[in-house]
Order: sequence, then C-alpha cells, then structure tokens
Amino acid sequence: MSNITEPLIFKHSRTGRSAAGQYPQGATAEVPEKFRRRKRAALPEVSELQAVRHFTRLSQLNFSIDTHFYPLGSCTMKYNPRACNAFAMLPEFLGRHPLAPSAVSQGFLSCLYELQEMLKEVTGMKGVSLTPMAGAQGEFAGVAMIRAYHRARNDLQRTEIIVPDAAHGTNPATATMCGCTVVEIPSLANGDIDIEALKGALGPKTAGIMLTNPSTLGVFERRIQEVAKLVHEAGGLLYYDGANLNAILGKVRPGDMGFDVIHMNLHKTFSTPHGGGGPGSGAVGVGQRLLPFLPIPTVGKDGDKYRWLDENDLPQTIGRLSAFMGNAGVLLRAYVYMRMLGREGMHRVAEFSALNANYLLARLKKAGFEAAYPERRASHEFIITMKRQAKELGVNAMDFAKRLLDYGFHAPTTYFPLLVPECLLIEPTETEAKEELDAFVDALIAIQAEAEQDAAKVKGAPYTLPVRRLDDVRAAKQLDLTYGMRSTE
Amino acid sequence: MPFIPHTETEISEMLAAIGAPSIDALFDEIPAALRIKSLAGIPDALSEMEVGRLMQARAQQDGRPLNFLGAGAYEHHIPAAVWAIVTRGEFYSAYTPYQAEASQGTLQLLYEYQTMMSSLTGMEVSNASLYDGASALAEACLMAVRAHRKSKSARIVVPSSLNPTYLSVSRAVVEGQNLSFTVLPYESGKGTLQFSKLEALKGEDITAVVIQQPNFFGQMEDVDAITEWAHANNALVIAVVNPLSLALFKPPGEWGTKGVDIVVGDGQPLGVPLSSGGPYFGFMTTRMEHVRQMPGRIIGRTVDLDGKQGFTLTLQAREQHIRRSKATSNICTNQGLLVTAATIHMSLLGAAGLEAVAATSQQQAAKLVDKLARIPGVKVVFDGYRFHEAVLQLPARVSDVLDALAKRNIVGGLDLSKLYPELGNALLVCATEMRTDADLDTYASALADVLERKP
Repeated sequence: MSNITEPLIFKHSRTGRSAAGQYPQGATAEVPEKFRRRKRAALPEVSELQAVRHFTRLSQLNFSIDTHFYPLGSCTMKYNPRACNAFAMLPEFLGRHPLAPSAVSQGFLSCLYELQEMLKEVTGMKGVSLTPMAGAQGEFAGVAMIRAYHRARNDLQRTEIIVPDAAHGTNPATATMCGCTVVEIPSLANGDIDIEALKGALGPKTAGIMLTNPSTLGVFERRIQEVAKLVHEAGGLLYYDGANLNAILGKVRPGDMGFDVIHMNLHKTFSTPHGGGGPGSGAVGVGQRLLPFLPIPTVGKDGDKYRWLDENDLPQTIGRLSAFMGNAGVLLRAYVYMRMLGREGMHRVAEFSALNANYLLARLKKAGFEAAYPERRASHEFIITMKRQAKELGVNAMDFAKRLLDYGFHAPTTYFPLLVPECLLIEPTETEAKEELDAFVDALIAIQAEAEQDAAKVKGAPYTLPVRRLDDVRAAKQLDLTYGMRSTE
Repeated sequence: MPFIPHTETEISEMLAAIGAPSIDALFDEIPAALRIKSLAGIPDALSEMEVGRLMQARAQQDGRPLNFLGAGAYEHHIPAAVWAIVTRGEFYSAYTPYQAEASQGTLQLLYEYQTMMSSLTGMEVSNASLYDGASALAEACLMAVRAHRKSKSARIVVPSSLNPTYLSVSRAVVEGQNLSFTVLPYESGKGTLQFSKLEALKGEDITAVVIQQPNFFGQMEDVDAITEWAHANNALVIAVVNPLSLALFKPPGEWGTKGVDIVVGDGQPLGVPLSSGGPYFGFMTTRMEHVRQMPGRIIGRTVDLDGKQGFTLTLQAREQHIRRSKATSNICTNQGLLVTAATIHMSLLGAAGLEAVAATSQQQAAKLVDKLARIPGVKVVFDGYRFHEAVLQLPARVSDVLDALAKRNIVGGLDLSKLYPELGNALLVCATEMRTDADLDTYASALADVLERKP
C-alpha cells in the first residue's frame, strides 16, 4: 500500500459512454406523463474496463483479513474460508427465489435445518431461529422475546434490562428499542461483575440481564452460575450476547451457564465474511421458556420433508424481522464452515484462539506493556492500556493504533470498552500463525521506542497509507455526503 | 487442523511463554462443572472436496426452475464483473471502516453509493445501507416519529397494497415503541389506495403516510396526489420503491410539489442475486434537514492532515457505540458487501442501462400477462398502469396450480389467496428481462395444460 489515490468514479464519466454489452437493447417503455422520470439519474457513464479498474483500485486501498493481520477486538477477524463462499454461490442457491415452493427447496432447507441443529448443540439451547440479519437484530429478537415472555405471563411491570458498564453499545440501544429502561451496573477491578450491585439492581421490575461471557474485558465471568441463580430468583431472564462465543466454542455452553436466550454472530464465530461492514447474521437460540416466541420463519422437518414454520406453527412468535428469512447466503456459508470444522474442530477454535491471545498477552507484558487485568487469563482477546504512555510521553492508544497501520497491521479496537482508559482490545483469532503474532509484538515494541525518542513521529502517523489522519470535525461540521453537494468540481 | 497453522513445536513454545502446562489450562477460570467433554451432535469434519460434493448434491436437488415470482425479490442479469470484484478479499474480508486510513476503498465506494442513491431517488442524502427493504421501512417509521416533532400521535398510515411482509416486519420491529399503524384499503378493480379513505382522515394527527410505488400488486399509485394530501395534512411521506423502476419513473424526490421526506426500499434489484432470500440490502435516502435523525452509517468526505481528500464515517453521535441507550437505532453493521455489488452494478449499467433493463422487464411482463390472460378462466384482476408484476385470477385453487407447475420445473408466482382472501384464487406473477419470449410461452402452455387437467 502506498500514497495512491483513485478519483471518484464520476470523474471517469463521459456523456454517451457505456458498458453497452451489459444490458438489453431495443425495448422502450411508454410511461404516462404523470409517472415519467424527466431527467436521468446522475449515475456514472463509464466503460466496463473503467469500472473494473476503478473498483479494483479502490479495493486495494483497504486493509482486510486476506491482506493483513487484523486483531480487531470483539470482531473475531479470522480467516474466511474461500470454500464457504464458493459453495454458497452455487448457481442453484443463487437463482433460487426465497418464496419458491418447498418442493423445489429441499436441498436449501436441509442445510438450514442442519445449521439450526448444530447451533443448538454448540450453545446448549432448545431452539434456534436463523432470521435475524445482524448481531444487533439478534439482540433485538432476544430482548423482544424476553418482553413477550413476561407479557404472556401477564407480568407487565418487568421493563428493566440490566447491562454491565463494559457492554457493547448495541446492548443498551437494543433495550431502549424494545421499550425497556436500562439499568447499568459496574464491573469490579478484577473484571468480574459486581454481585452486590447486581443484587441491588434486581427486583420486581427486572425483565432480564444482558451479558457477554467472556466479557468485553476479555475475561470469563467466573461467578456466572451465581449470577444466573440471582437473576432467575428475581424473576428475570438471562440474555447472552454471542459476540465472544469464539472464546468458548466446544468448551462451555451458554445454555449450561443458565442463559435463556442467546444471539450468535455467525460473521464472527462461524467465519462468514465481514464484507466491509456487513452482511452479518445474528441467529438466536432459546431455552425451553422462550421457544414459543422465536422469530419466524424457522425450518421444521415432517418425516423426511423440510418446510418453513410460520405464525401458524408459532402463534406467539415475536414476528418477522426480515422480508424473507434473513441472510440466507450467510447462513449457507456458516453451514459449510461448521461442516468443515466438524466435532473436533469446534473446540479447537476456542483452544487456539485462547492460545494465541494468551501468548500475545504474555509477550506484551514481558515487553513492558500494561495489561488491564494482569492477574486474569485472557479469553480469546485481552486489553492493554496505554495510559502510562499517554501521561508520560503524550502518545495515546489512538497514536499507537495509527502507527501500527504503517507497520502493516490493522489496529486493534481502540477506546472500547469505555471503562478502561487508553485501551487497545486485541483479538488475534485462532487462524493466525505464531510468526505473525511475533511480528505484531515487535512492531509494538518498535513503536514504543519511537514514542520515547520522537513522540511527534508517532502522533503524526500514519504516513504510508492512502491518506493521513482525517479531519473528523470538518467531516461532521461541513457535511459533504454526496458528490456535487458542496464543491463546484 | 483446518484453518489452524500451529505446529506441535510452536504450541510448546507458546505455552512456555505463557507459563501454562497445557492448552486446557487456559480455561481454568471456567467453573469445572460447566465444562463439556464433547459435542456429540456435531458430525465429523469434512474436507473441502467432501463438503463440495455435499453442497453440489443439495443444490442440484433444488435445480434451476424457470422463475416467474417477484413479490419483493427480482431476478435480473448481473454483469460478471460485479461479483468478481465484490468477492476480492480486500472487500470481502474487511470490516466496518473504523480505521479510516486503512479503509479508504470501502469508504470512497460508500460515498459514491450515497451519491448514486441520492440521485436515483431524487433526494439529498443517503445512508450507507440498512439490512433489507422491510426493516428499512421499520426504521423509516421510527425516524419519521423522531423527525416530526409536531406530531404527537406516532401514527403511521399505510395502504393495504403495501407488501404485507413489510408491514409485519415494521410491526415487529417497532412493537416496543408505541407506534400505531392505520391500514387503508385498496380500490377493488384498480388495486391502488382508495383515496376517499385517506381523505376521511383529514384533520387527524398523522405522523407519516407510507406509499409503495409500484405497489405490491405491481400497480402504480397516484403518488403526487397522496404526497400532496399528506403534506397538506401535516404528515411526512415515506416512499417505498423498487430502485430499478426509478430509471423509468418519477423519483420520490419529485412527487407532489415538494417531494417525499424519506425513501426506503430493497436494493436487491441492483446487482444482488435472488440467493434464496438474502443477503440483500435496504437503502434509505432523505432530505438534508432530517439527516441527524437517519439511522445507520453515513460516510462524509473531508481532508487529511496534508489537505488531501479522504473519506470517513461521520455523524457518529447518532449511533449506538457513542450514544448507547439514546441512539437513533441499535443498528451497527449494515450490508456493506451488497452495497459494494450495487455500486459496481450501477456504474456498469449507468442510467441508460437501468432504463433498458426496467423497460425490457416491463415489456416482458406485459407480454406474459397477455399470454396468460388468453387461457380460459384466467383474468387480469386490476386495470391501470403496471411495472413488471400483475395479479391474475385463476379458475382453480392457486396452491394446487403452483404445485403442479413446480412439478414441471416452473415457479409460477405467489399465491395471494391467504394474504388477500377477498381476491379469491389470485396469483401474483412477474417477468423481468431474464425471461425470453420462449420462456413466456413455456409458462403459458404449462398453465393452460395444468388448468385443463383441473389439479
């Protein structure tokens, strides 16, 4: 990567130019005056080569898993096997209409049914719906089911959702979206939940608690059974945010920990692509109590025939969350991935992601970096804090992150979770080789040395990317959201 | 070990560096009682060759029937270049562009996408996508409630000619937020909103009126009159549109005298294969005055330290990772990869290409309707101008007919008899530029044959 730039596609456009081979010729529509478009949309007029070259060049301006180590904590940026893409894109699956009758859909439905069964097995849940289209939608489905459960028992006062302060921002946002109030509880200095604070928060208004375990602090919540007991005794349900399921796959199951509902990020744990920000898939699993409320459709099996289950089968469902059945192609990719891992492969995911994380943590600690929870095992990720460097050298976590880009590494997650100052949340995943981890440690050591000798150099990073640090304030104040909006170019 | 690179030697070295006796010891903070031994329900691992064989067999089981089904997902030609570029690892395996300097490719592409969608819909700004068309409508309803501060009712008026699934999804998504939906009937014989029912709401507090164009039946609504009425009655207007159709039809930004307030829809017809139902993407465009109420990622152009042009996520103060429980939505990721496809698709086809695709689709659909309506007992249900779908009435139970057609490798359309029982044995059919004249004849003769045998 270098300081290259690619002009906007509109700059390549010339009136009258087109990729004419790509569309049918001859038909003209007779559109009544009242419906007719008067002026064509300002789409680019380019040749096929110009478009191909432009977007290929744009792709080259990105860091990605395929090109760079990408230890973005909480995002599980592991290798996305090419086979998963190839087999999900077989022409029959691509050409299949989502509403095609089940008689011509048995192959597709069997994959989804088996995926549901496998996800039940790895999470210890009793039922699964694959429809939520992203983690946040899975969260929504989970909390909506908790609400529906309380309502079905006519326990209408339960509208409070307890969320630890370390939680991902989608947790409180989801609770609000479901019409609940958020009660935030603190974490202890060792990373565990403050049980006393939890006891204080629980009561007759408690609908449930949303937890990530291992938490976003990169440690396993050791008193989870006690937490589950307390919440259940208070009449609430436990929601498991599957963001960190990778850390425990095949080792311990949310259902066994006492969770009533879980969402899984198939784009994390089951290696479907992140795609520059989606598509994700937030499949949900539930225990016995929430089975009647699962979002529809799900796939059922009568004898040896598969079919969609809808509101007729699940009259208490929270309803539909997508126009059809969620991100089908993502589900097929996850299915292929799980079949390739097989039984033995599942727990290897947790084992080697933990090995990589703990190795990286050990090496960084030895090199003098400060772990946020030095006495704890790392899960599949861990936090180091740059608060000393920020104070003593004036070089903060963001500066380290930006300088890492120059060294050819994508930055870890920065400034999340919010309660650890100057933090980097680092998740190497199981698919990285030891030499890559070693090179990453070497880079951080080298940046530390740079920071001590020439802080300004680190603070000015990056230097070798297509752009240097961007003016975010200007971006928000002088909004320029479409070409032609501001400038006269 | 599939996808895991560690050698035995490396494992020992790494454990030594950690100071742990075994990999298992790394899990010693998990209560022993919770640990599981094995996952009996997971089958043995398959090699890539074996899983390929399995998936080929499953795919072939479904085959490639001739498709005449639309109802929100449409089969169009997608240039080979589109998915060849989309599946490049640099797009496929990147994440949300939090580190802008290392994500300029995705960010610039999204800025280009926002420009294209704004122009196509005739609006000022676009977000970087939502999940799909149905959930985008749900988000638009919530956004309208936030944006229209003078309206206290949180009441959304929708025509029953709106895609029924879009309404169910909207109901499910806004369920916790005290919105109400008023559903107005369509005019029999026309299949478009009964305007007198809308006029009967004059003077009432309505937050927004939803208009789908073309509507679920494929018919064209009188969008100018509805938009004018809504604005005159202090309601916002949410348009639900098929983006391809906008190559031919007046964009929502020009409906009525001042255009609509929010536009949403499913972007699938722009370069995304049917793919059994997804992933597709939802789009949303609006006027500048509402941009801070818009959910989802938004990309802005700015400059770097050296004054060079660059792109970044902007207006993040609306979003969950900053605002937490006060965010405009809980949405986090969008459908980036599908937007990548749509942006490349729109660039390759251009406005002229999209227009040709839309016109050919309309032409093939019109021919299909003509051919099918000549079969004894088959009637076209609604008069009026249509895009590329139509409702037909059959002289037999639709589900039986569709089953019989499926046996002949034809997906014949959508059975409307449960969604709209008042229409009787009604079938929604669609044709796009992908259906040749020979395909239309194949369908017509199969349907005639099936009906003659009285399934």
